[in-house]
Amino acid sequence: MATRLKDTDVVVIGLGAAGGVAVLPLAQAGLEVIGLEAGGAMTRRDFAPDEIRNNVRGWPMLSSHKTNQEAPTVRATASANAVQGGHPMMNAIGGTSLHYWAQHWRLNPWDFKVKSETTRRYGASRLPKGSTVEDWPFGYDEIEAYYDKIEYELGVSGQAGNVNGKIDPRGNPFEGPRTRDYPMPPLRWTAFHDKMAAAAKSLGWNPFPGPAAINSRSYQNRSGCGYHGYCNTGGCHVDAKNSTAVTTIPRAQATGHFKAVTGATVTQINVDSQGRASGVTYLANGEEFFQPAKAVLVAGFTYENSRLLLLSKSAAFPKGLANNHGQVGRHYFSHHQGAPVTALFPFDLKAWYGLPAQGVAVDNFADDNWDHSKVDFIGGSNLWAMSDRRPISASGMNTFGMAPNWGSQWKAFIKENADRVHSSYIQKTTLPYEDNFLDLDPVVKDPLGLPVIRITAEYKENERKIAEHSQEQMEKWYRAAGAIQIAKAPTGGIMGASTHAYGGTRMGDNPDTNVVNRWGMSHEVPNLGVLGASVMGTSGARNPTHTVQALAWRTADHIVKNWKSIAL
Amino acid sequence: MSELKIFSRRDLLRGAGAVGTAALAGTTGAPSTADAAVAAAEPQAAVNASATLTREAFENLTAVEADLLEGIVERLIPSDATGPGAKEARAAHYIDRALGGALASSKPAYTAGLAALDRYAQSSRGKRFLELPDRDKDSLLMDCEGGQATGFTGSSAQFFGMVLGHTRQGMFGDPYYGGNANFVGWDLIGYPGVRTMVTATDQRSLEAGQMKPNHRSAYDFETFNKATAKDDSHDGDHSAHTGDLAHGD
Repeated sequence: MATRLKDTDVVVIGLGAAGGVAVLPLAQAGLEVIGLEAGGAMTRRDFAPDEIRNNVRGWPMLSSHKTNQEAPTVRATASANAVQGGHPMMNAIGGTSLHYWAQHWRLNPWDFKVKSETTRRYGASRLPKGSTVEDWPFGYDEIEAYYDKIEYELGVSGQAGNVNGKIDPRGNPFEGPRTRDYPMPPLRWTAFHDKMAAAAKSLGWNPFPGPAAINSRSYQNRSGCGYHGYCNTGGCHVDAKNSTAVTTIPRAQATGHFKAVTGATVTQINVDSQGRASGVTYLANGEEFFQPAKAVLVAGFTYENSRLLLLSKSAAFPKGLANNHGQVGRHYFSHHQGAPVTALFPFDLKAWYGLPAQGVAVDNFADDNWDHSKVDFIGGSNLWAMSDRRPISASGMNTFGMAPNWGSQWKAFIKENADRVHSSYIQKTTLPYEDNFLDLDPVVKDPLGLPVIRITAEYKENERKIAEHSQEQMEKWYRAAGAIQIAKAPTGGIMGASTHAYGGTRMGDNPDTNVVNRWGMSHEVPNLGVLGASVMGTSGARNPTHTVQALAWRTADHIVKNWKSIAL
Repeated sequence: MSELKIFSRRDLLRGAGAVGTAALAGTTGAPSTADAAVAAAEPQAAVNASATLTREAFENLTAVEADLLEGIVERLIPSDATGPGAKEARAAHYIDRALGGALASSKPAYTAGLAALDRYAQSSRGKRFLELPDRDKDSLLMDCEGGQATGFTGSSAQFFGMVLGHTRQGMFGDPYYGGNANFVGWDLIGYPGVRTMVTATDQRSLEAGQMKPNHRSAYDFETFNKATAKDDSHDGDHSAHTGDLAHGD
């Protein structure tokens, strides 16, 4: 029998990138907030520059007991066998925002209106077959103020390209208008970044430094970035990476209205006889607790969100909470961020230090930034030339057919070339499709006996064509910068468990095709909200976290403003 | 079982004083500080090594397995004109130690694979692996790499890929884990070393070819909590063959 705890106003499940943001506006408004986090707390002392631990052995990503036990199973299609593999989730105060790359992009205006803009410009026949893409229930203008808030409250560095409609050629000329500059200048460039920017310009493109939730100088009494080279899958040893663990969560705690409970694995969201959320059941130290609440916010990773709703079955919701329309798990997609191009240069890049969020971006081929009349796909890619090199990963470099993989010849090859190789990061428009979805695995269960989530998804023709097109552009860019060898990865098949996982609880006005409404609240359960990329219906060609956090703040604002009607 | 707590060299030298260093000095021609620390961590091992003066104790592999693994890693990353190789980096010791901790799930694959490799040497070349000339060792390893070597559980390519991945970790990983002795791996590829802050001036100095290598382990910096085997033993090795776990964030 679960121990019933004292009532609270709002319970937030998961204190990562999304939940860790929402608790601040809720607590600042004076609501009593409890955050349940399956992991523990980590500090800068835990974040040693250690490639073996961070990258090879998957720490801290894989130090999460809860998520390790519920890694998704994956299959490309419904006729294939689903196999359990790795996962990108992390349980801790701050969640994956502790060790993510912290590229902090706003989506571009087109990303909110893929369906209507494609139809308007090229005709409805150009929408990929089988895609369930919809316009967002609002446009870029609606979310701009929340993007701005996140940039200033957490700290984002970058170079504005469009301030109130005025284009600044140092920034991204294709971005949506922003009301003011970033609070910090962009992360610095190296000589190699300068070279790549010059090469892009020589092709007539518009290179610019990307935005990062990383301090380029001291901000809010936290240090500027140390550029030490262990940012990829590593936490920050000087608190320059603006995870929720060092920004919004401590500020929420300081209000006196927010309490974080660590080591809490939520197993069920409970409902009352009216079909409203009444609180959550969780396990901690082997004991079961019930935390009653007037409102519940689900704020786990995309896989955890759909899974928890599907597991929370009741008489009112026999197929899972908020799932009477059968939409939980639908419209799932993993961002197409693979299929890189790798280049070999005839000179050292001096790239041993730096971070993946430091680099040169090109948006000329992203979104609908160019005329798609003569190509047979929609959307596009953001090209990104960054800094990310560590010794073990460098030793695994592509040898471009110029050397074997071991022995003296290989050793001589990597001695010469370990610092001469560069791999691009290309994020591509990825769409939802009818037959890509999440559901509960019928066989594989966690140690509690609860089914894990099953991913059934593959990249379709549109994503693969974008991948091909982006690889051609990337090769041009590398060649213009002096590359002597080029290797291209395959353009994509199965959608595996991803760091950029979207959908499952999509946001939209139509309850027949969406789980949450335009405010992030369930269509079916009025006091249940969902935070995270699981509500996003399009990916854009850039990292999701900034949008996730802007939406989280916006949902929290909505709850505060409508507390009387939501709490009843 | 030493894998329950991995000591930093600094911890060990502080705790063990000069005894470990002295014990080890007798065992190899050119001991590194890392060598000394490892020996000092295991007083019994140090005594044994000191007594026999022939070989260091391995922690998890048998003497036969250890010799064979040493023979393999020596061919994968040889000591040659470009500098010291995996033997000098103590890559086999890195693997041996990890097999009692983070890579424990790979232990059966090593035991079975090493035995299979030696049987295959006998059946295909008429000699045990270590008795073969380097050329034949290499051609045999190529058989394994290509999956043509027989007698393995599963594919010989799988075993080869695992050993190669771990050997690279032992060559290029942080010396804290027992490999990359004397930073030979980092020096080979020109990695200028672990630093906690790289200023714009430092970057310019690197670009001008004037940055001096920093020969320090991450855990030589007092600011960091030490990694323990418990931290990294959840599910063994996720990326020996593929590099980093996930692309992108």
